[in-house]
Amino acid sequence: MATAAEQWVLVEMVQALYEAPAYHLILEGILILWIIRLLFSKTYKLQERSDLTAKEKEELIEEWQPEPLVPPITKDHPALNYNIVSGPPSHNIVVNGKECINFASFNFLGLLDNPRVKAAALASLKKYGVGTCGPRGFYGTFDVHLDLEDRLAKFMKTEEAIIYSYGFATIASAIPAYSKRGDIVFVDRAACFAIQKGLQASRSDIKLFKHNDMADLERLLKEQEIEDQKNPRKARVTRRFIVAEGLYMNTGTICPLPELVKLKYKYKARIFLEESLSFGVLGEHGRGVTEHFGINIDDIDLISANMENSLASIGGFCCGRSFVIDHQRLSGQGYCFSASLPPLLAAAAIEALNIMEENPGIFAVLKEKCKRIHKALQGISGLKVVGEALSPAFHLQLEESTRSREKDVKLLQEIVNQCMNRGIALTQARYLEKEEKCLPPPSIRVVVTVEQTEEELEKAASTIKEVAQTVLL
Amino acid sequence: MRPGPGGCCCRRPVGANGCVANGEMRNGYVRSSAAAAAGQIHHVTQNGGLYKRPFNEAFEETPMLVAVLTYVGYGVLTLFGYLRDFLRHWRIEKCHHATEREEQKDFVSLYQDFENFYTRNLYMRIRDNWNRPICSVPGARVDIMERQSHDYNWSFKYTGNTIKGVINMGSYNYLGFARNTGSCQEAAARVLEEYGVGVCSTRQEIGNLDKHEELEKLVASFLGVEAAMAYGMGFATNSMNIPALVSKGCLILSDELNHASLVLGARLSGATIRVFKHNNMQSLEKLLKDAIVYGQPRTRRPWKKILILVEGIYSMEGSIVRLPEVIALKKKYKAYLYLDEAHSIGALGPTGRGVVDYFGLNPEDVDVMMGTFTKSFGASGGYIGGKKELIDYLRTHSHSAVYATSLSPPVVEQIITAMQCIMGKDGTTLGKECIQQLAENTRYFRRRLKEMGFIIYGNEDSPVVPLMLYMPAKIGAFGREMLKRDVGVVVVGFPATPIIESRARFCLSAAHTKEILDTALKEIDEVGDLLQLKYSRHRLVPLLDRPFDETTYEETED
Repeated sequence: MATAAEQWVLVEMVQALYEAPAYHLILEGILILWIIRLLFSKTYKLQERSDLTAKEKEELIEEWQPEPLVPPITKDHPALNYNIVSGPPSHNIVVNGKECINFASFNFLGLLDNPRVKAAALASLKKYGVGTCGPRGFYGTFDVHLDLEDRLAKFMKTEEAIIYSYGFATIASAIPAYSKRGDIVFVDRAACFAIQKGLQASRSDIKLFKHNDMADLERLLKEQEIEDQKNPRKARVTRRFIVAEGLYMNTGTICPLPELVKLKYKYKARIFLEESLSFGVLGEHGRGVTEHFGINIDDIDLISANMENSLASIGGFCCGRSFVIDHQRLSGQGYCFSASLPPLLAAAAIEALNIMEENPGIFAVLKEKCKRIHKALQGISGLKVVGEALSPAFHLQLEESTRSREKDVKLLQEIVNQCMNRGIALTQARYLEKEEKCLPPPSIRVVVTVEQTEEELEKAASTIKEVAQTVLL
Repeated sequence: MRPGPGGCCCRRPVGANGCVANGEMRNGYVRSSAAAAAGQIHHVTQNGGLYKRPFNEAFEETPMLVAVLTYVGYGVLTLFGYLRDFLRHWRIEKCHHATEREEQKDFVSLYQDFENFYTRNLYMRIRDNWNRPICSVPGARVDIMERQSHDYNWSFKYTGNTIKGVINMGSYNYLGFARNTGSCQEAAARVLEEYGVGVCSTRQEIGNLDKHEELEKLVASFLGVEAAMAYGMGFATNSMNIPALVSKGCLILSDELNHASLVLGARLSGATIRVFKHNNMQSLEKLLKDAIVYGQPRTRRPWKKILILVEGIYSMEGSIVRLPEVIALKKKYKAYLYLDEAHSIGALGPTGRGVVDYFGLNPEDVDVMMGTFTKSFGASGGYIGGKKELIDYLRTHSHSAVYATSLSPPVVEQIITAMQCIMGKDGTTLGKECIQQLAENTRYFRRRLKEMGFIIYGNEDSPVVPLMLYMPAKIGAFGREMLKRDVGVVVVGFPATPIIESRARFCLSAAHTKEILDTALKEIDEVGDLLQLKYSRHRLVPLLDRPFDETTYEETED
């Protein structure tokens, strides 16, 4: 039955075909042909065009002109021509051929040309030579390194210390050893460049709080707490750190450590402290900002400092509990992948520590001198003193900026140059203007050391005063 | 019999079925059979014209059985690791590691547990092979402080004894300048007494001493470049200067085995990083071509500039960069070249000027010549040399010049004296002799090890000699057995190497005498038999024929 019906349909169709008008058939034929063409032609012609031929590629390669490796530097760039120091950069310094009293090097305790330090370094040089020819892991660990780590840990009253061969690399390696992608770091806006680089290497989320403003920090911590409550799963694995400096390099101010510690426990964030300026300066025994505020050092998770200021050697160290510090021995990049500290520099640091331990009075003397010059420098027309009275490194900034950084820098440089002509060696605080997260205003950095006598401090203050008056008025 | 430098006889490979490319095929490889040779000639002839000297670099394939056993070894270690972690968790096994403070137990934990699994269960077992403290000059022989552990390496106690006169095959003392006597030490001592050890300021502020200027002039003339700048740390020379050279919108092409400092510098720069196969010029060329043709991903803008990062000698592979080819590619594609000569400066080339000198190339063809003073010069710190514009730019923009304390004066003096000695400016031929001695030691030591049947990686002229151990248990065993026989060696495993390619590494020195090398070789031979380390089947495969897959990965920083 079914086949009969189909046949009938077929016959009908053929009949319809015969009956259809010619124009209709032609139209349909064309339509069919067009459909076939559509079916067999390539759908996207765009694709074909984007495939470059070898010749086109060659042309592109030929055409490409890279930027020069470095942009040209003008001959009078303020940072191009360095001061040249002939001889040792100690208390009396010869800068560009002029004899000056040094108010620029961070030689706070005057240990740079201390004969005992030199003798210890010399003895080490005669035993070990200069270089270590290897990283700590591969026969680059010397008995002197172990001694120094031990001594630093004991001095700071912590469980363990670890030394780096470069001050800058210390905090810059320590931060990324703990803080990873996804972790959150709360950091002071005035934090120094080494901290900024460490944070960048860690790839963590960075939250900047206003300089020394604990209310602002608490606001950020609270915001984070609310965020954490929304996503408790993520919060359980997100580490939180607060990074601060003991004595800020860029501002000369002390961090409010007691408040920081309170916030630490309230919001469960670990504290990392950079103490390059405060180590060997603050506190009765020079243990830094924890001693200054009488804070239990175990409340601070990690303290980092360089040995290039008070200790007048080279390198840096971190100290804290073994649980924290030991991790850097495998994860601190600047520790694992760099040659270790030359033993003579470690020996010099040990001797410098000895001197610090034997003469705790030295820190009170330094503080006294800081206060004296700080007071003497008040009230200079056109210049303001920025920084705390007990900070041995503080800044002189223009009271009124000319609104152009370039001009400000020139004015300050003129003051520095004239002071230098009159026997006071000073320097501007240098920054990489494009790289700094929060660029501090231009300033002259004045450094106080225990070697400067009262007369020299007076002379420096009066010289700066006079020069500032001639330059700025 | 010791082969003279450049002598032809020593280039003949050992092994019955080996054949060597002759003088016409300059870029010769040792091959397993004549049939295989025919298929590989194109590599030889393709690049042969660029090389003025034979370039023999070989990486023998890992034998299959060894690879399987190595994986099994790691498997067993991991299982035991889990078992012991389980026991520690239930306090059946005593915990030795430091713990969090009670007051901070409710903080987010400082470490991810997995991160420490490897350290706790694998590294800790053989920790005594690293960080061995020494108490003498790191010269040809060294005194090591004896230490003991009563708790399976969780802590060490010093017995107070020293193991005297251990042969030092670990320090990077290539030219033997690690000495506590002689002209370098005397000069350094003089400067120490005059200047003290520290500087207490940065180069841009008031820490630019006359000594630093003197050093930089000398470095520039040593390298044959217009100007140079010196920095206080080799690692930081890379990590703090690469960001000054490239930034967002630039492309960095980096060898996959580049040192951590180069990787860190590249990351900090914010540039896009693409990685090419180790010393593989096809891979590099493909990346260069694609980069220029396709431009930046997403924005489709052309790259601002392309910087190629390579090292002279790779410290874990012992390979030498194919510099003539890299330079040809860099010129063809208008890229810039950053050459890290940390291990090659002083150690390679007829006059000790590094890998550029080794291949007889023009230093001007390398845009950034970077190196360290830690190794061949027996000091510390690093340098960058190049055109005056480059150095002027770095003087104003290098992170190191603005924020880091400058080099210690006695260290500077050590570098100056050592460099003058290498240049023959001290009126002696001592420097030249050291360079020759190192080249001879290298060839002799490498040849003897190959004869013994070890698998040795790298270039036959490279003073860094990796000897393959493969299995994790053999890392510890080799290090300990060698120390028992008074030879100090460096052993490395994961993560410094791929997981199955654990190795021992010897660094040769001009201070090694033939007697010292022969003693060391005898002991290595003995331990090699004991631990069954003689894996070599003399089937050396040229690097270019290692499998080359075209996948590259990319990372972008913001």
